[in-house]
Amino acid sequence: MANLQSDFIGIKSPNPFWLASAPPTDKEYNVRRAFEAGWGGVVWKTLGLDPHIVNVNGPRYGAIWGADRRLLGLNNIELITDRPLEINLQEIKSVKRDYPDRAMVVSLMVPCEEDPWKFILGKVEDTGADGVELNFGCPHGMSERGMGSAVGQVPEYIEMVTRWVKSHTRMPVIVKLTPNIADIRGPAAAAHAGGADAVSLINTINSITSVNLDHFAPEPMIGDKGAHGGYCGPAVKPIALNMVAEISRTPELQGLPISGIGGVTTWRDAAEFITLGAGNVQVCTAAMTYGFKIVQEMISGLSQYMDEKSFTSVDQLIGRAVPNISDWQHLNLNYVAKAKINQDLCIQCGRCYAACEDTSHQAIAMSDQRVFTVKDDECVACNLCVNVCPVEACITLEPMAEGTVDPRTGKVVDPTYANWTTHPNNPASLTAAE
Amino acid sequence: MAIGELVPGVAAGRLSPDKYAENFSDLHAPLDAHEALVAADRCYFCYDAPCVTACPTDIDIPLFIRQIATGTADAAGITIFSQNILGGMCARVCPTETLCEETCVREVAEGKPVQIGQLQRFATDHLMAQNAHPFNRAADTGRRVAVVGAGPAGLACAHRLAMHGHRVVVYDGNAKAGGLNEYGIASYKTVDSFAEREVSWLLEIGGITIESDKKLGGDLNLAELTDRFDAVFLAIGLAGVNALGASGQGKAGVRDAVDFIAELRQAESYAQVSIGRDVVVIGGGMTAVDAAVQAKLLGALNVTLVYRRSRERMNASRFEQDLAAAKGVRIITNAAPVEISGNAAVESISFEYMDDDLTPMGEIFTLRADQVLTAIGQTLGATDLPSLTRGRIAVSQDGRTSVANVWAGGDCTGLGDDLTVTAVAQGRDAAEDIHRALGA
Repeated sequence: MANLQSDFIGIKSPNPFWLASAPPTDKEYNVRRAFEAGWGGVVWKTLGLDPHIVNVNGPRYGAIWGADRRLLGLNNIELITDRPLEINLQEIKSVKRDYPDRAMVVSLMVPCEEDPWKFILGKVEDTGADGVELNFGCPHGMSERGMGSAVGQVPEYIEMVTRWVKSHTRMPVIVKLTPNIADIRGPAAAAHAGGADAVSLINTINSITSVNLDHFAPEPMIGDKGAHGGYCGPAVKPIALNMVAEISRTPELQGLPISGIGGVTTWRDAAEFITLGAGNVQVCTAAMTYGFKIVQEMISGLSQYMDEKSFTSVDQLIGRAVPNISDWQHLNLNYVAKAKINQDLCIQCGRCYAACEDTSHQAIAMSDQRVFTVKDDECVACNLCVNVCPVEACITLEPMAEGTVDPRTGKVVDPTYANWTTHPNNPASLTAAE
Repeated sequence: MAIGELVPGVAAGRLSPDKYAENFSDLHAPLDAHEALVAADRCYFCYDAPCVTACPTDIDIPLFIRQIATGTADAAGITIFSQNILGGMCARVCPTETLCEETCVREVAEGKPVQIGQLQRFATDHLMAQNAHPFNRAADTGRRVAVVGAGPAGLACAHRLAMHGHRVVVYDGNAKAGGLNEYGIASYKTVDSFAEREVSWLLEIGGITIESDKKLGGDLNLAELTDRFDAVFLAIGLAGVNALGASGQGKAGVRDAVDFIAELRQAESYAQVSIGRDVVVIGGGMTAVDAAVQAKLLGALNVTLVYRRSRERMNASRFEQDLAAAKGVRIITNAAPVEISGNAAVESISFEYMDDDLTPMGEIFTLRADQVLTAIGQTLGATDLPSLTRGRIAVSQDGRTSVANVWAGGDCTGLGDDLTVTAVAQGRDAAEDIHRALGA
């Protein structure tokens, strides 16, 4: 079984699976259960200054579901910890003492002034915690008070606070970024400039999950009103992956460690974040949906995958996909593929036909016997049929061999690489006129 | 109080009231709201869906399932009823395993179809529970149509005609409307007087009058009906039964399975229905299975269903055969009755083995029997009708008969599979054709 031992900015943990700063890490009781279940580390739910904040006394979560009520997206309007600072600090110290091999990172959020940061950092250091995470991400409630994403949306603030924190603690500092911005590279660069040891992302996304159509109010409703919340869970994974990739492939940010967060539900999700440059991952919604036990599948799944690929340490996986992240303009326009339907696997539902005929390129034929076949002379290889087919691997996209003729264009498949930058239709074509 | 299963002869009150109630409860418990959502989520919303093609009434199944999945079960009900006004009964009695669910792509892929029948029941029950008929009658056209027979074909025709604004008089030979839904279907498929409730609900469209205890050849004759009405729709079903062709069939204890089921359906309590200890049912269709299973449920100790051809040739679906087996009915195939023995009453019945071409094999066996139920097919059993073909009323696809202004549908024609759902389709389609004809 592969060794999953993780060393993230000097913080060691038996595996790269941490619980994110959130309700599962709000109390000693929960965190002890998490460590017993096998989690490599936790980011303790965000501490603030006393008097501690208060939460609403109505529903904090909204959700969207897939088939069989599988939870796909969760949003919340819960704030940072609503327990006194001293109680949290005592509990952190107690748990860390009993689980010295696990990562104990403490999330922090105090007003944008140097003294409160200095004050709380000293308190955290006394607990023996391994590091701190600066919560510049919460998009609801705290942001109305000038904290959370209100800081994370202003790179200058990120850099300023990070600098303060670095100057007042010897602990490693992770800066947690909000996705509620236009370009994640700005905040990441600001954290980097401020001296952050790492960034973690993404925090939750501004969201309204549903509207109550009887009361005409956003859900979840507190009485007759609702407020936007922070969205997380499997539905946000693609957004998070892209933001992680954006940072990983930016030359100026090379070497800035990333803790990947956003919809990690299985070992596979975790592996994907890691290949895009994350040094570890943080999980919340999956644990809140299924309980702490899911980490066992993450551990066994990542181990099996690494064994199959002959990786002996997680480090070997970090960033392996980064060289293959491209801009559109550099994609090979001479690559040609065609959809192919495996008739043995086809269950003849016709969804590929409806999708292609109604909304795409009319490239699937349907016989009287409900046999569905791809019309190569119409197929642009868009992949929609693959995505709507309910049977895995029934429809595949097959590359056309070099030298064969694409029946759609009548052109021979050219083995050479050619992208948009040199395409004759590009007014800004880089090809110099002869 | 219960006399038990071991008492020989044909006797009532074999079981306790609790046991009767348990035995005759709903064959399939209805889906609750959560189960319906889970079941609906499995539908792939196929293009030109095979289930719709397989449905004799062309219900838009993917649409109604999607309507259930999105929390609009009443809209789903309207989708169903607009194609099949007896969609509630069909949800209960359709052999879905040989129709929509057989062709479901998930049956093909996984051997586990979407539960279309159960979902249809969920939606139709949901809408019917609103106590408001979902369709409106068009302005009265002043046209009058006679429908003879208040079974599925007749009711479907009457409802569609009424929707179009015509005035309909439905005649039926029985005391209650509903036809086989009321008299001929196994009790556990239509619990809580569903057939009766469905008829009342259907009639809420207005414009339909039911006249019971009136039969063609009795109080009615076709010529008079065509004189009095603008059009006539014959949905008289099959009133006659085939003869057994074995000696001794006049003995006490030998009865027609259709009568037995009708008695059971109309009985005030199951304890009043007499059943033998050793019951032999002859036949291979749905009626035979319904009779055999219900004989068992009434407390018969031994029930044997004997069919003259092989299992594969039985008209009862595999599901029905398995249901019978699960309830303890023994099925013997490739055997035809030879002689019913006994003094005044039947004591035994002998059979001869036959090959699939019905060639006797010369080997005879005898079953102990104090009751023999015959379900070997029904016949038209009426006169004064339009031209026949193969013993049934000859009709066009639209249900037109050889007589002008006379249409026919349901089991009395040879058009369909003698299923409730095909009868509904024929009644509905004939109504549309009548409507077109009346408008011309």
